[in-house]
Amino acid sequence: MLRDTWTEATRNLRVVPRSPDLMIFALVQPVMFVLLFVYVFGGSIEIPGFATYQQYLLPGIFAQTVLFGSGFTGAGVAEDMQKGLIERLRSLPMSQSAVLIGRTVSDLVRNTVTFAVMLLVGFFVGFRFEGSIPAAVAASALLLGFGYAFSWIMALIGLSVSSVETVNSAGFVWMFPITFVSSTFVDPSTFPTPLRWFADINPFTAATNASRALYNGYSPGRDLLLSIGWAIGISVVFGYLANRRFARANRT
Amino acid sequence: METIGLAKRFKDVEALRGLDLVIAEATVLGVLGPNGAGKTTAVRILTTLLRPDGGRAFVDGIDVVAEPHRVRARIGLTGQDAAVDERLTGRENLDYVGRLHHLGPRMSRQRAGELLDQFDLADAGDRVVKGYSGGMRRRLDIAMSLVARPSVLFLDEPTTGLDPRSRLAMWDLIADLVAEGTTTLLTTQNLEEADRLADRIAVINRGSVIAEGGPDELKQRMGGSRIEIEVRDPADADGAVEALWPLCAEGCRVRRQGRVVTLPVTDGAQLVPEVVRAMDAAGIAIDDVAMRRPTLDDVFLNLTGHRADEAQDQAPEPARP
Ligand SMILES: Nc1ncnc2c1ncn2[C@@H]1O[C@H](COP(=O)(O)OP(=O)(O)O)[C@@H](O)[C@H]1O
Ligand SMILES: [Mg+2]
Repeated sequence: MLRDTWTEATRNLRVVPRSPDLMIFALVQPVMFVLLFVYVFGGSIEIPGFATYQQYLLPGIFAQTVLFGSGFTGAGVAEDMQKGLIERLRSLPMSQSAVLIGRTVSDLVRNTVTFAVMLLVGFFVGFRFEGSIPAAVAASALLLGFGYAFSWIMALIGLSVSSVETVNSAGFVWMFPITFVSSTFVDPSTFPTPLRWFADINPFTAATNASRALYNGYSPGRDLLLSIGWAIGISVVFGYLANRRFARANRT
Repeated sequence: METIGLAKRFKDVEALRGLDLVIAEATVLGVLGPNGAGKTTAVRILTTLLRPDGGRAFVDGIDVVAEPHRVRARIGLTGQDAAVDERLTGRENLDYVGRLHHLGPRMSRQRAGELLDQFDLADAGDRVVKGYSGGMRRRLDIAMSLVARPSVLFLDEPTTGLDPRSRLAMWDLIADLVAEGTTTLLTTQNLEEADRLADRIAVINRGSVIAEGGPDELKQRMGGSRIEIEVRDPADADGAVEALWPLCAEGCRVRRQGRVVTLPVTDGAQLVPEVVRAMDAAGIAIDDVAMRRPTLDDVFLNLTGHRADEAQDQAPEPARP
């Protein structure tokens, strides 16, 4: 199974440099957000406990970047389904779960590259690691793990809809509320009550807060365990659902 | 490879109703049937992609439902849509399938090279598939199903959607494969294709076999070729029938329908000039003369007494996700 997963992952990674536009497109949006929020709104936003708005904002942007990056998983799965390639794979004597695991793993690698570029962009606009290096590494790993978990949600969506375009719109339907109604850009304590309530239970808030604390040298408190729990929980539940769906797709 | 009483229903469509097929080793079975007859459904069951509701299917004596994994190691599938990764090169696609068959990196690479040569893709092998023509894609697709030297090859409508030239090239290619002794199940809607490539033909309609036999045997039952002429003036049609009688072999009947007069012939286009001369001699002006080979429609007309397809209870084929 490991061998098949590796074969699948390398197939997906091999083509990444062949369509650099996809990679660039994945970076344009977060870079624009950084510039917009830092230079347009940045002056008027002050958040207690953070020396600059950058220190607050960038972890949120990182989190949003990995989340949107998981959209590639859905598009890739839907494309394979559409092209009939999945039919061939299902007729091969390979491990069937390797198809989706290979896909999510290769998207994790892709996400890591995007993330690294965003870190550089962050440094460029004045973001700094205020805590220890291990804490910063932990924060980054946490966010990437979160992106991996969301890849499974997107894989399930990719298996369930009929076209790549639908995956993209289906992804945005939940990705936008989940990133905006959270602590990504501003402190949710200023939100109206129902939104604040949503922001509080939003796993995205926990992940952003935990990594933000780690990058800034604070203790992440219960947000750390909470977000690790979410990432593992989502991966297990949606990994199971997606693989089950894959095994059954068209078999009935 | 064998199926016994295979049945499958999709909601309100009975795709297969007791399908029986057998292929002897190193022979080609042509499964001939109109759109919606159940060809793809049968192939998908045999290739472990779909579970049957009833009946049994075996590949190399192995039950496809009970031991799908063992079956998968022995089959090659070229489905109706080219199942290739467009972003990879031809060579990478082949290499990739070799690895998924666990041939190992070296063997996979070597096999990819061999197949590129064999399928006339050596020059295009290092180009990305996105730029391939339809015929090239189809060839690559078939090559991908041969990577692990399967003991049974499934080709689901391999020439549908190809232009006439690529179709001929594809026929040659399949004929070569078959000559090497690859046991093959080939589905098609094209009578000539089945005739050219298959050792035995099973005609299927609405999910079951309605005729089975060698190509010659079946063609006899299906009626042979005919010459059709279209006279300019409908009033001349009876005169044309009269004039063509002498060209008719024993037991044959000239028929007319409106301005079209039909002369059954056992073989040959060589009669066409004689037909034209006969019309000339009778002073009948014609708009068109053509040689017609029996089509799937004729087969169905002969075997079932009604035309293929328009069977009322069959929904048009939906796009599968
Ligand atoms: N996945 C499916 N869901 C519902 N109906 C299907 C499905 N696959 C095939 N059918 C129906 O089953 C019948 C046989 O289809 P198919 O095997 O694709 O025929 P063929 O390949 O001979 O054109 C058709 O009426 C088709 O509409
Ligand atoms: Mg079909």
